[in-house]
Amino acid sequence: MIYDMEFETLPREALEAIQLRRLQATLDRVYATVPFYRNRFKEAGIMPGDIKSLKDLKLIPFTTKQDLRDNYPFGMFAVPMDNVVRIHASSGTTGQATVVGYTARDINTWAELMARALVAGGASRGDIIHNAYGYGLFTGGLGVHYGAEKLGASVIPVSGGNTKRQIVLMKDFKPTILTSTPSYALHLAEAAEEMGISFHDLNFKFGIFGAEPWSENMRLEIERKLHLTAVDIYGLSEVIGPGVSIECHEAKNGLHIFEDHFIPEIIDPATEEVLPYGQTGELVFTSITKEAFPVIRYRTRDVTSLHPEPCKCGRTMIRMKKVSGRTDDMLIIRGVNVFPSQIESVLMEINEIEPYYQLVLDREGNLDTLTVLVEVGERLFSDEVKRLQELERKIAKNIKEYLGVSADVKLVEPKAIARSEGKAVRVVDKRKI
Amino acid sequence: MKVEQISVFLENKAGRLAEVSSILAEAGVNIRALSLADTSDFGVLRLIVNDNKKAEESLKSHGFTVGKTDVVAVEVEDKPGGLHKILDLLYKKGINVEYMYAFVQPSGNNAVMIFRFDHLDEAVKILEENGVTVINGSKVYTL
Ligand SMILES: [Zn+2]
Repeated sequence: MIYDMEFETLPREALEAIQLRRLQATLDRVYATVPFYRNRFKEAGIMPGDIKSLKDLKLIPFTTKQDLRDNYPFGMFAVPMDNVVRIHASSGTTGQATVVGYTARDINTWAELMARALVAGGASRGDIIHNAYGYGLFTGGLGVHYGAEKLGASVIPVSGGNTKRQIVLMKDFKPTILTSTPSYALHLAEAAEEMGISFHDLNFKFGIFGAEPWSENMRLEIERKLHLTAVDIYGLSEVIGPGVSIECHEAKNGLHIFEDHFIPEIIDPATEEVLPYGQTGELVFTSITKEAFPVIRYRTRDVTSLHPEPCKCGRTMIRMKKVSGRTDDMLIIRGVNVFPSQIESVLMEINEIEPYYQLVLDREGNLDTLTVLVEVGERLFSDEVKRLQELERKIAKNIKEYLGVSADVKLVEPKAIARSEGKAVRVVDKRKI
Repeated sequence: MKVEQISVFLENKAGRLAEVSSILAEAGVNIRALSLADTSDFGVLRLIVNDNKKAEESLKSHGFTVGKTDVVAVEVEDKPGGLHKILDLLYKKGINVEYMYAFVQPSGNNAVMIFRFDHLDEAVKILEENGVTVINGSKVYTL
C-alpha cells in the first residue's frame, strides 16, 4: 500500500521539477529572513537567484550542527515566533542542545510524511499502533502520534518506560503495530518473557523502529523474538524528525527518502565533494517545504549511500542504505576514506554474523599500514590450517576490492580484542602524525 | 568407526599450549594424542582425549574456541613400509589425507595413527576392504 500515490510514485522528471521550484523558493525565503544564511551566501559570493538547476545546489555552503548551536535557541528560525506552534530540542549530551521549530503547516507536513512512513512500514487505517517512542522534547513520540492520527489508525500514546504496564496493555488492547527504538523492542521482548507472555500470542504484525542505528542481525533477533516484520525508519529533528525516510516492508532493502520534501546528497566528509550514487559518504539534507526551520545542505554526520534503482513496492523515491556509522568514525588510510562499518559489512558478508574485529593503524616509513584483527569464534573456526589461511586471504581480498585499501588480516583468539562496556574497541591508531 | 577429535584455536604466543594442557589436567581430562599445526600467526591444536564433553566445556569456559571433527584411528603395522602401504592404497583410490598424526599408545603390536580425510566414510570402507584395522571410538578413548 502507498499512502500518497501521486507524490510517492512521481516520475523522476516531474519530481525534479517540483524539487527545483521548492528549493528556489526556500533559498529566497532563508536569504530574506535568516541572517545566518544571508551571511553565509554572501561570504560564498552567491545569491539565491544563481541556483538555476538542482546541480547548482553544490554551490551553496553547508550547514553544520555547530552552526545550529551557535544560533541557539531561535536564531535559525525563518518565521516570527507568532507563527511557531511547536518547539522540539535534541538532548544535547555533548554541548548545547539544538532547538527546532514548526509552523502549523510544518506540523501538517510532518504528519503527512509520518502517515506515508507508517503505511510503507505495513500500517493501515484499521491498525492499532502501540507507540513506545518517548513523548516530549524528543521528536519520536509526537512524530509517530500525529502520523498515526493523520492515517486514521488508533494510536496508544504509551511513550517510553513502565515496561510491565506496556506488556499488560499489549495483551489487553491487542495492538498490531509497534513503534519504538529497536533496543526498547528487545527490552519489551525480555520483559514479556519474564512475565510469561509470548509475543506469539500477541497481535503484532509490523514494527517500525528507529532513532538509533541497528544492524541486520538485530533485525533478525527482533523479528524472531517479537514475531513481527521489522522495518527501519530514519529521521532527525534538525531535518523534521522521524519520517525523513523509511524502509518499505515489501523490500526491507534501503529507506525511501521523501524527496519531494528533502533533497539528499552524499558527500566525501573530508573533501566535501558530492559523490555519485552508490558511493558511501556523509548524508546531507536540504529541506524544501519547511517554514519555521528550513535547513540548507545540513551535514547529518550519518554514513550511508544512495540508490536510485526502482523498488518492487512501486515508490519512485530514492533509497538510502541503513545508516552504518558516523563520520566522526572515519579513518583516512593512505588517502582513502574508510569507515569501520564498511569493514564490518565485508566481515558480515563472509561470516553472516557480526564478528569482533579491530582495525590497527600504524605507519611504516611514510606508509600507513592497516591490520585487521578478527576473533575466531566457532563459526569461523576450522581444524584445517589451510582453511583458516584461506579465510584470512579472502577477508583481505574483499577489503581491497570494496574499500580500495590493502589490509593485513590476522586471526586472533576470542576475547583477544579489548572491550569497552562490552563492545569491542574498533580502532587503534598508532600513527604519529 | 569414527573417532571424535577436539580442535582448539591458538594464537602463536608463548605459553598457550601449556595453558590448554593445564586446563585439561585440572578438569581431569586425559590427552591420548595431540598434534599442533601452526603458521607464523596462529595454530590449530588437535586432541584425542578420554572425555570430550569435559574437555570441551572446560576449554570453552576459559574462552577458547573449540571445534569437533570426526577422524579415523587406524592400526599401522610397526615395521618399515607399514604407513606407506596405507597411504599408497588411499592415494590410488583418490582419497585425500588432510592431515595425520601418531597416537602415543600402541594397540597390541601395532602403532596407531589418526587420519583426517575429506571423504571419511569412503576412506573407512576402502581401508577395511583391504584388511586395515580401523579402531572404533570407544576403544580409542581408553587405549
Ligand atoms: Zn520500496
